Amino acid sequence: MNFKLKDIGPQLMTVIAVVLVFGFFTYNAQVNMENRGIDFGYGFLSQESSFDVQFSLIEYDGSHSYFRAYLVGLLNTILVSVIGIFFATILGVVVGIARLSPNYLINKFAAFYVEFFRNIPLLLQIFFWYFAALRALPLPQDAEAIFGVTFLTIKGLYVPAFIWQNFNIFFYSIVAAIIAIIIIRIQAKRLQETQGKQTPVLFISIGLILILPLLSFLIGGVRLSFEIPVLKQLATTSFIYEGGVSLPPELIALALSLSLYTATFIAECVRAGIQGVGKGQKEAAASIGLTPNQVLKLVVMPQALRIIIPPTTNQYLNLTKNSSLAAAIAYPDLVLVFAGTALMQTGKAIEIVSITMFTYLSLSISISILMNWYNKKIAIQEK
Amino acid sequence: MSKINFLKPDKSNLYTFLYLGTFLFFISVLDVLLNSFFSLNITGFLPEFLSFLLPLILGFIGLYFIRIELSGIKQLDLLNKHINTNNFNAILSLLIIFIILKSIPPILSWFFVDASFAGDSKDVCSGSGACWTYIKVWMRRFMYGMYPNGEQWRINLSFIALALLGSVGYFATNKFKKYLTLYYVVIYPFIAFLFIFFFISGGPIFFDFSYGIIAAILSIIVGFFIPSKFKFYYFLVVPFALYILLKYFLFFEEYIELGKLDGLNWVETGAWGGLSLTFIISFFCLIFCFPIGMAFALGRRSGFPLIRYISIGFIEFWRGVPLITVLFMSAVMFPMFLPADFFIDKLVRCIIAISLFEAAYVAEVIRGGLQALPRGQYEAAKSLGMGYWRMHIFVILPQALKLVIPGIANTFLALVKDTPLIFVVGLLEIVGMLNLAKTNPEWLGFAMEGYVFAAIIFWIICYAMSKYSYNLEQKYKTDR
Repeated sequence: MNFKLKDIGPQLMTVIAVVLVFGFFTYNAQVNMENRGIDFGYGFLSQESSFDVQFSLIEYDGSHSYFRAYLVGLLNTILVSVIGIFFATILGVVVGIARLSPNYLINKFAAFYVEFFRNIPLLLQIFFWYFAALRALPLPQDAEAIFGVTFLTIKGLYVPAFIWQNFNIFFYSIVAAIIAIIIIRIQAKRLQETQGKQTPVLFISIGLILILPLLSFLIGGVRLSFEIPVLKQLATTSFIYEGGVSLPPELIALALSLSLYTATFIAECVRAGIQGVGKGQKEAAASIGLTPNQVLKLVVMPQALRIIIPPTTNQYLNLTKNSSLAAAIAYPDLVLVFAGTALMQTGKAIEIVSITMFTYLSLSISISILMNWYNKKIAIQEK
Repeated sequence: MSKINFLKPDKSNLYTFLYLGTFLFFISVLDVLLNSFFSLNITGFLPEFLSFLLPLILGFIGLYFIRIELSGIKQLDLLNKHINTNNFNAILSLLIIFIILKSIPPILSWFFVDASFAGDSKDVCSGSGACWTYIKVWMRRFMYGMYPNGEQWRINLSFIALALLGSVGYFATNKFKKYLTLYYVVIYPFIAFLFIFFFISGGPIFFDFSYGIIAAILSIIVGFFIPSKFKFYYFLVVPFALYILLKYFLFFEEYIELGKLDGLNWVETGAWGGLSLTFIISFFCLIFCFPIGMAFALGRRSGFPLIRYISIGFIEFWRGVPLITVLFMSAVMFPMFLPADFFIDKLVRCIIAISLFEAAYVAEVIRGGLQALPRGQYEAAKSLGMGYWRMHIFVILPQALKLVIPGIANTFLALVKDTPLIFVVGLLEIVGMLNLAKTNPEWLGFAMEGYVFAAIIFWIICYAMSKYSYNLEQKYKTDR
């Protein structure tokens, strides 16, 4: 009896404490909402939102519902995260490898980059790019064309729009190329394992992904034309570019600072991963006659990736969460559109903050579940 | 003298290649140097494209000539090993040298040569360089926020006193060294609370909060002398009793209107700001998030399933959401969860929110350390008859914390870098003050100077912290 009490006692007390705290909060929330005449519910999501968002990927204006506004914010968050992750990965891998370079200058340059950008708050960097650096860009009428078609101005980046004909055929050709590459890779691996033959997978893959879309142009009737942005005068001193795709300066500043900041962390992950592969592994691989490329591909990279991928995914998650700083420079992301404007309009603090948090939470938890699964899969089976 | 093959530098014609290569290399560097510092283009007679690429080509040929293995000249071998291992590295090295040479003059001229330092109005800032006058004029606001000018000595005095009290550890003789932990864990935070919540605030707003702190700390101090048999019940009852005692019986509002007693004016927290607020928030969150994080790390590894699941839920919840939504929650949602007449100050809400948020990260870091300890340590401690708490305090935690010093330092760095986010609830620390100053109609257009200034300050703080943590790591590194 005594033994059991020792087991149950602390647990019971913790649970009671948690229940008490939550009960206290819920009770107060009920009383407060009754006093203020607010009712709890998610019905407002289908109501007309009647506010505008300046940048959205899907069609949206004030006559759409709050749920649609939520979607606009979510898509904008995803957009800036994907752009940021793309550039942060490239930059991070390059800098991470550069930090291991035997070249003293490159090594120190990369180290300087990492130490510099890592130790400055992200919010400060966003402000710097948005309020100081991008404000120094020329006005639309003074902007010089980059490659003749792209304009980088104080009002944003204007790039030509792609106008496709028969886009679906082009898309299918790319999908076909990717499927073919996967099949070839599997075949090549089998060949390698059973007969020890090496297939030049990389060249075949590059060839496939170039040739199949090219064929779609030649045979499938896919046509691509560009719509180049053209300067248009609105008033005597007000100019704007029409046509093409415009990226607002908020998006540019945010994506730029997110990638520069996160790349430093990814670089450290990459460096740690490559350094984590024992020297003996490389020497052993070289001693059985593998070429330096083969050593990298067959021995170092598979082991390094095992160390690199989990923390890098963590950094991707951090980047996605950090993209919520968009609210500071009025980039219409989830936090600004939904937890900002929509909350102001409806006053439904509990519902909206909980939806926003739940969105981020489900994103991170699903990714961390995926990561745990991956970690278990690739873990080295030790005896 | 053997035949010279210019495509294959070799040791037999060492000095020919050395002189030729060095000459070409220096010509290329000189060209860029003159170009960037004196805007002289000594290759101006060539077509523009060629004139642009010439330094790179000359430098490349020069480096190619001096790439002689085992030349026997120490400096040359070092140079080759470090920046000139192959063609690709040579080009990269040249590019980096050129970029550095090209970027030094504009940076120097912006920072120093063309910058204006004197005066105290906008008129002196007409040059193309930075306007440090702006920083000079706004310095007090950037440091102290809206804190009244006449009262700022209180902040200075508190910080100096706390810094002096904090450095006691360096001067302690061996006789007192054993009390240092007690001092830093219990007494020093207590003094810091007194300074910041009574001295800097000077008002009644924090009393409620500080009663809790005083009660907790007093009960911990007394707790050391309580026999372990009753310790559990002691901590269950005494802190709360003490809190109620303090709140309702000992300190009547009339007694503790410090503002009147000491002649200090009450400065509400909305007026706090600038760099001092960054320090205050970082300091308190740092103090709070560590024990909370430790508790949840232990909870996550606890043998009781319910406690474990609650800890997992807590950690994963805070780690899954961005800090900005947490601050949103503390600003708009949290007041709804409290009784209508119960008011918690904005700054305190902020500190609680950031502490809970960072505690989840600290918990994961400490869990990593706990997991890294070999099971033998637990078993050895148990075999000596130690209970759960004794085992953790004397055997497990000292080793685990040693292991995770870098991780904890990273979390604290993240905390310092996260403080600017408090703009969400309307508190303005240094970055927030910069944004405010930027919109002042008299001082428009100096955003760049402000951000560079703040970046330098943050960089120094963060870099110093990371170096300090590295030193700590080296100091406590034990071979295992």
